Amino acid sequence: MSAIENVSRRGFLKGVVSTGAFVLCARLYPEALWAADSLPLDSRVEGAPLHPSIFLGIETDGTVYIVAHRSEMGTGIRTSLPLVVADEMDADWKRVKIEQAIGDERYGNQDTDGSHSIRDFYDVMREVGATARVMLIQAAAQQWGVSPSECTADPVHAVVHRATGRRATYGDLATAAAKLPVPKKEDLQFKPKSGWRYVGKGTPSYDLDAICTGRAEYGMDAHVDGMLYASIEHPPVLGGKVKSYDDKGPLAVHGVRQVIPIDPFQGPPASQPLGGVAVVGDNTWAVFQGRKKLNVVWENGANESYSSDEFKKELRKSSRTAGKVVRNSGDVEAAFSKGGKVIEADYYVPLLAHASMEPPVAVADFKDGRVTAWAPTQDPQAVQETIAKVMGIPKDNVICHVTLLGGAFGRKSMADYVAEAAVLSKKTGRPVKVVWSREDDIKFDYYNAVAAIYMKAALGPDGKPSAWLQRSAFTPIPSTFAPNVEYGSEGELGMGSTDVPFDIANLRVENGPATAHVRIGWLRSVSNIFHGFAVQSFADELAAAAGRDRVEYLLELIGPARILNLAEFGYPNYGGAPDKYPVDTGRLRHVLELAAEKSDWAKRSRSKGKGSGLGVAVHRSFLTYVATVVEVEVSSGGEVRIPRVDTVVDAGLVVNPEMTRAQFEGAAVFGTSIVRSGEITATKGVVDQGNFDDYPVARINEAPYKTNVHIVDSSAPPAGVGEPGVPPFLAAFCNAIFAATGKRVRDLPLSKTSLSA
Amino acid sequence: MIDLKVNGVARSFDGDSNMPLLWYLRDVLALTGTKFGCGEALCGACTVHKNGEAIRSCVAAMRTVGGAEITTIEGISHDGLHPVQKAWIDANVPQCGYCQAGQIMQAVAFLKSKKNPTDDDIDGAMAGNICRCGTYQRIRAAIKAAAGEQS
Ligand code: FES
Ligand code: FES
Repeated sequence: MSAIENVSRRGFLKGVVSTGAFVLCARLYPEALWAADSLPLDSRVEGAPLHPSIFLGIETDGTVYIVAHRSEMGTGIRTSLPLVVADEMDADWKRVKIEQAIGDERYGNQDTDGSHSIRDFYDVMREVGATARVMLIQAAAQQWGVSPSECTADPVHAVVHRATGRRATYGDLATAAAKLPVPKKEDLQFKPKSGWRYVGKGTPSYDLDAICTGRAEYGMDAHVDGMLYASIEHPPVLGGKVKSYDDKGPLAVHGVRQVIPIDPFQGPPASQPLGGVAVVGDNTWAVFQGRKKLNVVWENGANESYSSDEFKKELRKSSRTAGKVVRNSGDVEAAFSKGGKVIEADYYVPLLAHASMEPPVAVADFKDGRVTAWAPTQDPQAVQETIAKVMGIPKDNVICHVTLLGGAFGRKSMADYVAEAAVLSKKTGRPVKVVWSREDDIKFDYYNAVAAIYMKAALGPDGKPSAWLQRSAFTPIPSTFAPNVEYGSEGELGMGSTDVPFDIANLRVENGPATAHVRIGWLRSVSNIFHGFAVQSFADELAAAAGRDRVEYLLELIGPARILNLAEFGYPNYGGAPDKYPVDTGRLRHVLELAAEKSDWAKRSRSKGKGSGLGVAVHRSFLTYVATVVEVEVSSGGEVRIPRVDTVVDAGLVVNPEMTRAQFEGAAVFGTSIVRSGEITATKGVVDQGNFDDYPVARINEAPYKTNVHIVDSSAPPAGVGEPGVPPFLAAFCNAIFAATGKRVRDLPLSKTSLSA
Repeated sequence: MIDLKVNGVARSFDGDSNMPLLWYLRDVLALTGTKFGCGEALCGACTVHKNGEAIRSCVAAMRTVGGAEITTIEGISHDGLHPVQKAWIDANVPQCGYCQAGQIMQAVAFLKSKKNPTDDDIDGAMAGNICRCGTYQRIRAAIKAAAGEQS
């Protein structure tokens, strides 16, 4: 529910625009709250540069301010949503200035994850833009004494009277438009697709120049006068506590001022600080050095029992034992007992770390019971909530400014590191910047779940499966937030498990229990990573067993074009309404067929010989349909090159194709890292890896040489693009390795499998 | 006391001579374009030029840069954009952008020694610079475009 209001005369955007400017707000928060809000549109946040729910301001000099309320971590969302506004209002993009919103529930949801920013806000951004255009035209028509229908905003940033050629710029019209009532939504006319200036075209990032000249400001660059720096020694085992430490050593380091213990978290970790000992001082280097001299003695607690090797066996056992049935049709057991060709396979995907280039970092300033924070966060409202909870202050007393994010991939929707800065600011009485080292980042992440997946199928005489069983056991995300959670949530199971799109009469999906001993969180495409990998690898195994062409076989598995009704299995469909975002196997088939065509599959998959091969996979996630063909070359020494990737994407309406392409190029590299070397392990509860030497990510010479991204032209509602490129890449890559070498990769990462001839 | 030049400006430093140049640039001079990514010379985010050559500032102790001319992303071009920056913008290279200052500094130094690099040359020169967002194919294209400009 949203409503747009003209708030030009209420002094909002003060300090950004002058009096006389035209300012529109859109209320995105639940209607029920409107009445409860005594000063509905005033900020509760004193001194905040922006007032929540303002999205648009037009200055009398024609500068257009558009507020970005979602976080920019590289997907281009800070550009793309304002672009929708600018397009619909016929603004000149060069005259648009973007203001980043602070955290406030009146902006509606600001949690920038789950690939849903465009999908959730496309309509309202259009509405804001169209409202502004209609009002500017009205203002001009009034001045000229003509009907608005005789005027147009076609020339960009100005209104023209068609008959007389009279012209007024948006700047000229701002003050007059500011006095007009807002038109009803029903009276708005949206531009036809043919009239779009920016949407669907390639517009580069608003921050491109700043980034390339080093001026862009990330969380790592946030600075407040008088701030101290802090580095924290966290308990090496989750839930551990400090027994003793030495503060003399650190205090002897030049530039170190204080050594401060931080309380361990209570109950499930959620986004609370991990606890430990902080070293505070004048610069990052001093506090890093001081930390080395702390000599903390820890009481590790129960998670000390956790070691990855043992755990893998348990997980495997869980995936091999009858589990909780989450989807069932027909009778798989009866079909299996009939015999025929029965095929089984076990897959495994370890814990994965995010390793965004910018490690967690935040600045916070605690004063008089209020906190102001500057953070590279995916979710500034979660920062407010977390700090409020940890410090025992009202949420409204927390202001969170959002910087650019140096990558995030899901890690930075958790606010633990921002809360640490707030706690330390209170204890020191100064603003504090908490800087995580790379080792802190890798050792204390919210990891993607470790998973074992068991697959079983019986092939009929035609080579098609008559029965299909898939059972995954993985450390569930809810275990981070509540005690004793062992089974996956509907959301996690709805990522490649309950939504397996195959046309098989007897089909059962199960989930086995698993207990987490580290914090589990969201990582780019989440449980689609291991489910997608297992399902699409297994499909390839069945095709191999049946001696069939992979694309044809996959098309048969998917079956005819139809809408799948998965509601009865609790399938959440990424929060998308089933009528607006149905599970459409026709679109799934289409991307696959197109991928075969674009990659010249028929010819190239056959002509490949020893040491080189093509693999394919197709997967729907975040409401987007993706098919990927990967070409690999494997040397006799077992070294793998990826000369070419072809990805076909049907994400419905694509606002920014240029950035969408970049997201899928990036997803192929992200997937390459997962397959080649992505593995976090623990010994006695302590994570073994710490930096890019033992947690390598793909470098330029290891990444795909060329990823071709083909975007399906679609007018279906917009869907996600940040995450869906990852899952199909993983299986397509490993299927290609099989095609090239005959070696099946079931355990990730690849470094565990010898590929030398 | 350690004397050096940073982006053409004479500076002197009297702190801990083991402090890496990276933290001097960022925390003391507030030149924050140079980024921290790993602290162990593993990622290249902190790449700057010392007397024209690319170095990892996170492992270059201040005592090793006495008398040196240091150039950072902020100082790579005095008027307008450096051709490599232009190429980066034209190819729309960055995603999150955090690694890109390091990538650009690495590429600028590399292109001085290699006028017409092959793919292998580029891979060799750029393999120390991680981009977690995966912008490598655009980096390669931008380097080739910049090389074309140059020659
Ligand atoms: S921060 Fe210097 S190489 Fe990574
Ligand atoms: S652009 Fe994000 S790490 Fe390179």
